[in-house]
Amino acid sequence: MKLIISAQNSSLESQVDRRFGRCAWLILFDTETHQWEAFENPGVSQSGGAGVAAAQFVVDKGAEVVLSGDFGPNASRAFQAANIGMQRFTDSTKTVQEAVNQFKYVK
Amino acid sequence: MSTQNSKVKQLIILSGKGGTGKTSISAAFAHLNAAQANSHPMVFVDADVDAANLSLVLEPENLDPKEFWGGSLAEIDPEKCINCGACNPVCRYDAIFPDPKNDQVQWIDPIACDGCAACVYACPTGAISMVRQQEGNWFQSNTSYGKLFHAELFPGRENSGKLVTLIKQQARLYAEDIQSQCVVIDGPPGIGCPVISACAGTDLGLIVTEPSLMGLHDLKRVLGTLRHFHVPSVICINKSDIYPEGTRAIREFAAAEGLDLIGEIPYDESIPRSMIEGKPVTVLFPDSSATKAIQAVWHKTIGLLHLQED
Amino acid sequence: MQIAVASGKGGTGKTTIATSLAQSLAGLANVRYVDCDVEAPNGHLFLKPEFTEITPAVIRIPQIQTEKCTACGRCVEVCEFHALAQVGKNILVFPQLCHGCGSCTWNCPENAIIEVPNPIGTIERGMAVEDIEFFRGLLTISEPMSTPIIRQLKKMMHPQPNTINIYDAPPGASCSVVETLRGVDFALLVTEPTPFGLHDLKQMLGILRDMNIPSGVVINRDGIGDDSLKDILRESNIPILLRVPFDRTLAENLAAGRTLVDVYPKYRDILRELYQKVTEIVGGKAK
Repeated sequence: MKLIISAQNSSLESQVDRRFGRCAWLILFDTETHQWEAFENPGVSQSGGAGVAAAQFVVDKGAEVVLSGDFGPNASRAFQAANIGMQRFTDSTKTVQEAVNQFKYVK
Repeated sequence: MSTQNSKVKQLIILSGKGGTGKTSISAAFAHLNAAQANSHPMVFVDADVDAANLSLVLEPENLDPKEFWGGSLAEIDPEKCINCGACNPVCRYDAIFPDPKNDQVQWIDPIACDGCAACVYACPTGAISMVRQQEGNWFQSNTSYGKLFHAELFPGRENSGKLVTLIKQQARLYAEDIQSQCVVIDGPPGIGCPVISACAGTDLGLIVTEPSLMGLHDLKRVLGTLRHFHVPSVICINKSDIYPEGTRAIREFAAAEGLDLIGEIPYDESIPRSMIEGKPVTVLFPDSSATKAIQAVWHKTIGLLHLQED
Repeated sequence: MQIAVASGKGGTGKTTIATSLAQSLAGLANVRYVDCDVEAPNGHLFLKPEFTEITPAVIRIPQIQTEKCTACGRCVEVCEFHALAQVGKNILVFPQLCHGCGSCTWNCPENAIIEVPNPIGTIERGMAVEDIEFFRGLLTISEPMSTPIIRQLKKMMHPQPNTINIYDAPPGASCSVVETLRGVDFALLVTEPTPFGLHDLKQMLGILRDMNIPSGVVINRDGIGDDSLKDILRESNIPILLRVPFDRTLAENLAAGRTLVDVYPKYRDILRELYQKVTEIVGGKAK
């Protein structure tokens, strides 16, 4: 299953970024193959509609679940429409790797 | 040591109507916090980015401007323009007309241009392109009361909401880094996009109102806005003695709405005088009636935010 | 003649001056007072209009006709504001991000988009005291954009002979103020003699220079601060047209919704003279 994790930097050791729309990086992680890739968030430099731009990117990458801290109303709406699950980091989640480890797939 | 919730709290100070005293009160809060024994660091944000005044009373240093790039504006390349006029009818902002310097080509007024790019797609020769614009600067400055995040939007620009979101976010990240308990946001007037950006996700709204008909009218609008965005709010009345009937009306309104009125600050020359000296009123006039009233509002506010006060 | 009353800093007295100016000129010409502070309008508290026409203020937003839509994604691609997103075969519209520019509609290769009005507020019109024609816009709470309402208000102002339009601008110095100022003959800047007032006034002067609109200043609450603004204005060649001294009695009356002219009738003549000076400045510029 493909996950997207919002991060402050471009590796699994990076700190997570709690704000989805304007996070610096989006890490795509495949839970089956454990392959991963880091992408700069296209929403970060947008003057407006950052949440939508970032959400569109996630949709286009075919992710099934997004892990972040905070989803704004626009991103939420896009993910709901796309049937993409949204999960929040716990208070203790620090790195992307921890977020992946903590991920629980709930049907 | 504290086992308090480590999440940084955010206080937004709004008014609806301009000129009620948000900035003077924000500055006073900055000083009152710093002056406490065992004070905890707070971080301050001036979210009124097109008329940023908090820096005028907090004496910031290390102003290191960072560029704020907002949207794009359309520009016509006169070498490629064949003056076919396909662009004019698609522009809903009346921004395109013959170039005053050369009526053989069209020109886009950057003040009128909305950045929608409709003209770019309408142009048959690709003569129009979107050019990203720097729309202002933002700063992370040191003051003797704590870090101040502020900005200056270039006059006449759009996207003030985005700039507000940016400096709020920077302030929050910094506050988390230094384990500060609270970010205090001095908000803009009105109820539109910059106010919405300023109050989004905040923990407490302090509405600073004044006892005029205008103050009450706009109080209702900004309260509606805060409620819409689920920000619990309280109010205080500034210049409370200039129109007693108005103050009574606000007290009644607050009671009817179940809204906590946490203080009344009388009109006091110490406030404009300290503004002119460029310092918080609580610094220059520690015994004035305004200062005493603001201290009371401050104590109630930090109580409501459940901040530690050793 | 079209005059905007602006300030930069909020609370300096724009509405006080704009409404009193409207009252003072009411005998001389047809006066239209237009409250462009659509987020927090206050003019009605002074001029007490009876509203006879209330119409929705709208932005035209796209509606995707799904039977024609092929999900090509072109609309999403061309939208500069990310007001559209594509999720599989569905196109989502985000109305609060939409600027109503129409670009998606024109660019759709299947003509699958129609525009529908999205109400974001109201436009209200009526008659006020002294036969002043009163217009205002009111932004719906939680809507972010005020500029489209101001634009709609200004489009209603068809030119008429012997008419003076007074536009009461919102505070600040961003796009909603620019929209209020567009096309006016003169900007009357109301400020207070404090560092906050001066700082924000400078923002306004920058805008007015770019827009090539002549201006003059009214110093309100004169006496509470210092006079440093005199020097800035002299450098920019901007006349101080009026000083209204700080006065607690006046402040209390204004708080109660009485205008400057109601409290001190002498201001009626003073403001008429101010208008005279404005016409001279505007006429001088035209030469």
